[in-house]
Amino acid sequence: MSTHTHTPHVLPLRVYWGVFTVLVFGTLITVWSATKDLGALNMPIALAIAVTKAAFVILYFMHVKYSTKLTWLFVMAGFLWFIIMVVITMADYTSRTWL
Amino acid sequence: MTPLSDHVLPAGVPPPTAHHFIDLHQQEEAEKLGMWTFLITEVMFFGALFTAYVVYRNMYPEAFMLASSKLDWKLGGLNTLVLIVSSLTMAMAIRGAQTAKRGVMLWNIVFTMILGAVFLVVKYFEYMSKWEHHLMPGPSFDVEAFGAWGPQARIFFSIYFAMTGLHAFHMVVGLGIMTWVFLKARKGHFTPQRYVGIEISGLYWHFVDLVWIFLFPMLYLLGAHTTGLGH
Repeated sequence: MSTHTHTPHVLPLRVYWGVFTVLVFGTLITVWSATKDLGALNMPIALAIAVTKAAFVILYFMHVKYSTKLTWLFVMAGFLWFIIMVVITMADYTSRTWL
Repeated sequence: MTPLSDHVLPAGVPPPTAHHFIDLHQQEEAEKLGMWTFLITEVMFFGALFTAYVVYRNMYPEAFMLASSKLDWKLGGLNTLVLIVSSLTMAMAIRGAQTAKRGVMLWNIVFTMILGAVFLVVKYFEYMSKWEHHLMPGPSFDVEAFGAWGPQARIFFSIYFAMTGLHAFHMVVGLGIMTWVFLKARKGHFTPQRYVGIEISGLYWHFVDLVWIFLFPMLYLLGAHTTGLGH
């Protein structure tokens, strides 16, 4: 680590413009798909697009793709914690009427 | 002590490495990890509200659709695009610091701040409109507007104001951080050797954008397939 020469990891401009394009198209598809009555599918589709957009922001704009394993661990732990909270809370609420 | 001679710094700038770090690289990893730790607490902060949303939406899906269709999806969509562009300009500002392009860095910080301000102005007009249409939860809330779903629609608007309000507060804080970043950048504090200050400020800015990426479809678009987009 001490031999590390400090040069910034500069991403090419096309990466940033590419991510930007993905985000704009993702937003347009989100609005378009929301106008279609897809029944139970509306929610998962909107969520899938939002998660995809978020992944591009985190990996490229926030440089996590080029970060250390420790950073990955922290980021994943944060979102995993959130998923645990939602899943266990909903497991409680949805199963209350079963008794 | 680690020699700092290979890091050429302008006069008057203090040596960058604190004595408890092996070298600048280790220090910067610690600084970035510190910001990520803060952002994880932010995930938890917003996460509680997201969970409340999931619980009540699951309980009252019809009321949420009805209430959501009262929001102006065009303004919400406009603000989504405003934040996406601001994330791009933020990334460009950091790239400007990495490549020692002072003008690129400073102008993109300014663009980011302008877009942040535009977001808040749009949000102000949205809030005013909700106030005028008696959609602010409280004694003046128009329960009649939602048929049998009045009280449940009020829950939707409570969640709407709590989540977008907390988000807007983060935008205000972000503008404060960007003011600090701009002043530091103008004084030449960010160089390709040492730009972690603007980098972790960018992490915060992108995080606030991330939250909105989820808020927009969750709050604005639930009723779009029943009422169409005919606002």
